[in-house]
Amino acid sequence: MEIGLVELSRLQFAMTAMYHFLFVPLTLGLSILVAIMETVYVMTNRPIWRQMTKFWGTLFGINFVLGVATGITMEFQFGMNWSYYSHYVGDIFGAPLAIEGLMAFFLEATFVGLFFFGWDKLSKVAHLIVAWLVALGSNFSALWILIANGWMQNPVGAEFNPDTMRMEMTSFFEVLFNEVAQAKFVHTVSAGYVTASVFVLGVSALYLIQGRHKDLARRSIAVASSFGLAAALSVVVLGDESGYSASHTQKMKLAAIEAMWETHEAPAPFTAIGFPDQEARETHYALEIPWVMGLIGTRSLNTEIPGINELEARSEEMIREGLIAYDALMTIRELRDATPPEVRATFEAHSDTLGYAMLLKRYVDDPRDATEEQIALAAEDTIPGVAPLFWAFRLMVALGFSFIAVMVFFFIRASFYRMRFPRWSLYAAVAIIPTPWIAAELGWFVAEFGRQPWTVDGVLPTALSASYLSIADLLITLAGFVTFYSVLFVIEMGLMVKYIRKGPFQDVPETEAWQARHEHRLRTHDGQGPFATNPAE
Amino acid sequence: MILYELIDFDTLRVIWWALLGVLLIGFALTDGFDMGVGALLPFVARSDVERRVAINTVGPVWEGNQVWFILGGGAIFAAWPPLYAVSFSGFYLAMFVVLAAFIVRPVAFKYRSKRDSATWRKSWDWALFAGGAVPALLFGVAVGNVLLGVPFHLTPDLMPMYDGNFAMKFLGLLRPFALLSGVVSLSMLLMHGAAWLSLKTEGMVAIRARTIGTVAGMVAAGAYALAGLWLAFGVDGFALTGEVVANGPSNPLYSEVSRGGSWLSAYAERPWIAIAPLMGFVGIAMAVRGLREGYEVSTLLWSKLGIFGIIASVGLTMFPFILPSTVDPNSSLTVWDASSSHRTLFIMLVVTAIFMPLILAYTAWVYKVLWGKVTEDDVTANSHSVY
Repeated sequence: MEIGLVELSRLQFAMTAMYHFLFVPLTLGLSILVAIMETVYVMTNRPIWRQMTKFWGTLFGINFVLGVATGITMEFQFGMNWSYYSHYVGDIFGAPLAIEGLMAFFLEATFVGLFFFGWDKLSKVAHLIVAWLVALGSNFSALWILIANGWMQNPVGAEFNPDTMRMEMTSFFEVLFNEVAQAKFVHTVSAGYVTASVFVLGVSALYLIQGRHKDLARRSIAVASSFGLAAALSVVVLGDESGYSASHTQKMKLAAIEAMWETHEAPAPFTAIGFPDQEARETHYALEIPWVMGLIGTRSLNTEIPGINELEARSEEMIREGLIAYDALMTIRELRDATPPEVRATFEAHSDTLGYAMLLKRYVDDPRDATEEQIALAAEDTIPGVAPLFWAFRLMVALGFSFIAVMVFFFIRASFYRMRFPRWSLYAAVAIIPTPWIAAELGWFVAEFGRQPWTVDGVLPTALSASYLSIADLLITLAGFVTFYSVLFVIEMGLMVKYIRKGPFQDVPETEAWQARHEHRLRTHDGQGPFATNPAE
Repeated sequence: MILYELIDFDTLRVIWWALLGVLLIGFALTDGFDMGVGALLPFVARSDVERRVAINTVGPVWEGNQVWFILGGGAIFAAWPPLYAVSFSGFYLAMFVVLAAFIVRPVAFKYRSKRDSATWRKSWDWALFAGGAVPALLFGVAVGNVLLGVPFHLTPDLMPMYDGNFAMKFLGLLRPFALLSGVVSLSMLLMHGAAWLSLKTEGMVAIRARTIGTVAGMVAAGAYALAGLWLAFGVDGFALTGEVVANGPSNPLYSEVSRGGSWLSAYAERPWIAIAPLMGFVGIAMAVRGLREGYEVSTLLWSKLGIFGIIASVGLTMFPFILPSTVDPNSSLTVWDASSSHRTLFIMLVVTAIFMPLILAYTAWVYKVLWGKVTEDDVTANSHSVY
């Protein structure tokens, strides 16, 4: 396979996936924030909360539709650009994608129309239920996608079937409750909640700076800062959980993120900052904090974390073992049912390492003909690019902790300082609006780039996964996606700015009538509870 | 756990073959009228208010309808991985065009009314037209190509490979028979869109829709009949020649296939399948009659029956073939050798059995809430909340 083709396919996938993820986090979080606001409206009947629901709902809708539209590309791109991958792991990987459609996507897409069109057609409670179903559907959707992605990181519950030349599911349960998938799911949706909270905070701060829509802005900050604080804490805790599971599922990724070249005596230190040098295999000017890495990675003081050099040596052993499996597989393929049982037994004993032998296909058609040099090259290929991972991870973590600080600040000011925010903090809240998106994209970069050279860790090399298309095919679609997506992005940003500028649709007479009635109630105690609706409404 | 052995592998394969049909039909019946309305938009609605009326008939439901398309992709991936791998990479550039249409269409629905500028709205009207007409045509072209066979082969590693250069991979799809299939699908979805507009609108929009829908229905019936004759006399069929192992491993290279003979010999072997094309013709004829007479609910139902019959007839004619190969018939994908594993098919069936009834129930509820005609007054009175 031509390398240029694989690189272009990867570029296209990375681009379309990262573009899709510009819209997903806001959908995940804003759907819940909007549902919370509508809940308050239904409980209090105060018109301001309905205005908030509708205002943030409008921004949600502008964002949601692009999330849906760009998600379609993702659903079909595996087959279009990664046909060997689709054949090889479709038996396992296809299931969560289909279940996402059945369980989540139908739910959110069917009810989102009713959310926007159903205000006059449904009772208040029914409309509220619709809002929550949209939020539920969006979040379920993330669950199934992360189960699929978690399996690519930690392929449990499956084995290779020599008759069908692909991986087949052995336990749905293991795929479902894959520890990597579960940690990733909560980490990812929490990141979405933080994104939406920072967005709501920033836009509300802008209104306070401009001195308009103050009622809406203050209430929105109260909701966003408390929700955002919980979410920001959850992101960091579950990020740590992901790190812990990587220490026994994806050792190479962890070692690369930490630029840990040599195995260190337990407990290993954490390199806070430094300059990884992949050629020399050392980290210059490393600032190390003793013990921390061992504690995070293994939650113990005496478990060793293997370094990159040791893992490379292990990869080489796996490649040699994989060649035994590959040789047996070729016999099975030739003789089919007539294969002697001992050959099948040999294959089964070594089939876990088959993927490592396939790393050699980049260098030689039949891996069994590989020279010692080629085996060494393939083993070196199992080390991902260390410096980009090292830096991306540290930037992501720094952003993650700063979100906690931001949320704590606004939560305290909102709760204990009667909603008075210093002017500088409002400007800061506007300025940091883009940062959660940067953190989320960095997170995906660490997860996916860190898995290289594999599409499915230890099972299928990326270099073999792509479709056999021509370079011209790829250039056409790549140019198409870039143009098309850029135009859509400009249009979307234009509409967002327009609707933020325009502000909420305020029904002044209704608000005044409510206020009058509220004051009347405070004066007279007419015996009706605060939940009672005005018969005139 | 061997719970999945409750249902035989070959039975599961047939069930999933049928479910594949259900999904395609579900897509055509729901998203079909969205595409039809989009393609009819420039012809049935002249003023901005009329266009908004037409758009708002599908406004609240297109999102849910489009999920049939996405679920179709996901279900093919889960239940028929070789089909997913071979077809989408083989129809690469055509798929890209379809994706572009399905990306621009949602955005057009949602963004069109967000600015008042006439140029803005006119541009999105074009997007809605193309987003409806182009996929409606290309889906038929794709089905036509499946009947003709596609020039691919599988390596011993089961890697799909294609013959011909990249330009031929798109232009090569536009063969005469495939284009005729495209005419069938485009005209039947135009008829379906017209039936929907006649139910959901009143006045000039409904009247124009009925006129165009009548013509489209007649074209659909004619083109469908012509395609049947063409299949009988001008297109080679495929047949399994070796021993058929219905519950063997999913490896297309294990079976022997020959090209030649006619697809229509299936009607001699299984005469009962003639009910599908019959449903196609009766459905279209009754829908055309309904459009002329001004019936509303029954017209939409007859239109659905017609579409159901036409799509079902393709699957039943080709059974057990799903995607035949012209250059290496042995690589052809069939129901018996292109499915997921026994276990995966069973698990996915359980999941589908739980969620599909729920989906149908809440979708029906949403349509019930939205029941009734969309009028010009509705659109002008709620300018800030509808499309």
